[in-house]
Amino acid sequence: MVTYLARRIGLGLLTIWAVSVLSFVIIQLPPGDFVSAYIAKLEVQGTAVSQAEANALRAQYGLDDPMVVQYAKWIVQVVQGNFGQSLDYARPVADVIGDRLWLTMVVTLAAILFTWVVALPIGIYSAVRQYSIGDYFFTFIGFFGLAVPTFLLALVLMYFSVVIFNASVGGLFSPEYVNAPWSLEKVWDLAKHMPIPAIVLGLAGTAELMRIMRANLLDELRKPYVMTARAKGLSERRVILKYPVRVALNPFASTIAFLFPQVVSGTIIVSLVLGLPTVGPVLLTALLSQDMFLAGTIVLLIGVMTVLGILVSDLVLVWLDPRIRLFGHD
Amino acid sequence: MSVVADNVEVPVAVAPSPPISATPGDERISVASQWQLMWWRFRRHKVAMAAAVVIALFYVVVVFADFLAYADPFASDSQKTLLPPQPIHLFDDGAFRPFVHPVIGVRDFTTFQRVYKEDTSRKMYLQLLARGNEYRLFGLIPANAHLIGLQGNPVEGNLFILGADLQGRDLWSRLVFSTQTSLTIGLVGVALSLFLGVLLGGISGYYGGIADTVIQRVIEVLWSIPAIPLWMGLAAAMPRDWSVIQVYLAITVILSLVGWMRLARVVRGRFLSLRNEDFVKAAELAGASTPRVIFVHMVPLFLSHIIAATTLALPLMIISETALSFLGLGLRPPAMSWGVLLQQAQNIQTVALSPWLMIAAVPVTIVILAFNFLGDGLRDAADPYGV
Repeated sequence: MVTYLARRIGLGLLTIWAVSVLSFVIIQLPPGDFVSAYIAKLEVQGTAVSQAEANALRAQYGLDDPMVVQYAKWIVQVVQGNFGQSLDYARPVADVIGDRLWLTMVVTLAAILFTWVVALPIGIYSAVRQYSIGDYFFTFIGFFGLAVPTFLLALVLMYFSVVIFNASVGGLFSPEYVNAPWSLEKVWDLAKHMPIPAIVLGLAGTAELMRIMRANLLDELRKPYVMTARAKGLSERRVILKYPVRVALNPFASTIAFLFPQVVSGTIIVSLVLGLPTVGPVLLTALLSQDMFLAGTIVLLIGVMTVLGILVSDLVLVWLDPRIRLFGHD
Repeated sequence: MSVVADNVEVPVAVAPSPPISATPGDERISVASQWQLMWWRFRRHKVAMAAAVVIALFYVVVVFADFLAYADPFASDSQKTLLPPQPIHLFDDGAFRPFVHPVIGVRDFTTFQRVYKEDTSRKMYLQLLARGNEYRLFGLIPANAHLIGLQGNPVEGNLFILGADLQGRDLWSRLVFSTQTSLTIGLVGVALSLFLGVLLGGISGYYGGIADTVIQRVIEVLWSIPAIPLWMGLAAAMPRDWSVIQVYLAITVILSLVGWMRLARVVRGRFLSLRNEDFVKAAELAGASTPRVIFVHMVPLFLSHIIAATTLALPLMIISETALSFLGLGLRPPAMSWGVLLQQAQNIQTVALSPWLMIAAVPVTIVILAFNFLGDGLRDAADPYGV
């Protein structure tokens, strides 16, 4: 077990390192650098910047160095827990994204929780009552949920909430709590704002998991051991929940690995529409202004969250299904 | 001679029995080719058939966009900004003769909003196959006929069946041209990722060894970067001064960069399972060249699966393009696509007052649903063990 975990964590670290290199390269791809983007912005506002000032800025941020040196400097800092300075905000990266990162994780977890809580019972219902009206209804909802891009769903939900309830659903906090220090009331306020983002983000995954759960359970229900259990006189609830559901849950767990990056990606684009204070909108502006330390850190952290999500899903899989031995015969 | 007579009689005997779900021993099924069987299975899938028809209709719109759009999609009119969809009156004096009233914009001096009123004193009649702005059908044949137009009146500035956008441009015409972009960008992207996926998946699966390890590790790393940041980074890297065509091509490349991995995995899996089959060994021992083994003996066995996987990859491409353009990272005006149209619907204040700006969400949803159903149907039909 320990060796297995160590190997997995080692592999994960390797992947994260590759992600960090790749993200750094991608962010550096646009022609020009932060200083030229910054100067262009100043010139739009009517401030001219001399060549000497530009050079001074470049020297200050170390943009003159070759990319390898820049990367080495940055990654050494990151390993020491210092994510560098955001060029755009002129503040440490950790300050800029600190709270937002936590909120991103909270929103992501809420969405995944929603997905599980909704998809599991509906999947079981659809399989046990195959071809009933409810099954058809949920199948339709499922396909619809898969087809509608999340940001469109967010847009439409927002439209209806404005038109019908005359309330804007944007944000994660009521205005009076946005800048307030953390307190129980603020947490409660956050919880009240959570349903819409969780539903918007979770719907596509819910639809997918619902279908998977239904298909798996249908396969299991046809197996002879279910008939044996029935013949022995077990109650219907026990027949279904005790064995087939447990076996059907197995691929359910392995899909968390896919669900996780999907939800994290979704958070980025949905946050822009719903105005959620997560890392998504910051990433977009950082990419556009070529603020590479900020953007690089965010992409790196998202990569870490993804790798962790996959690890967790593998561990859950082993825990659920004792037949799986990922770490040898011990 | 009796053989010929038998042959003549066969159609007569078969004709009155249309159901294909015949017994397995049925002669027709046992002699049918693989594709024939697939087609029969697919035809039973009613939803998939309907989806195929819907998609075909959308591609008709793509081909005849110039004819279906009645107005110049770039003709802006500052007097018609955010004009709501215009009601079409179907009957005039009891006879079926559709017409519209011209719309006049006035400023409401209490709210300072622009409000539009129908000028009921004038009528403009709709006409089929009306003359309008010049275009080249298929880029070749000069033409100026449009599906609908107004009798004796210029259509620009007068007819807005889906309303107008922020610049007073006709939303229907823009929607039609957007369909052209959004649906072709997916096709080009899928073609590219299919090429990459089959090539790299094929190498990985057929040769195995180091090539396989390297390609699989690359896929794993690319996979653990969530798609949207990857796209955002690449899209932000596009120079701002690129032309519409350059951006279009760059977007297809960016989309296919992420799309090829899934296809590569499918192809690799298939190659791995087939490589050790006896018939492949036999073909190799008989001296068949590698390309011949691959393309004549192996590919036909999983071609149907690839077609299904490609159909399921298309909606993802379309969603991605829409999302990127919506964020302002994809196609940019003057290019038109569903995502570009939706950009104007980003602002909730605008959307609350002019919900027709969200109209592009409707074709996006329909097309993606249709492609998903079609892909599902194809996958079921391609599965030889399906019921």
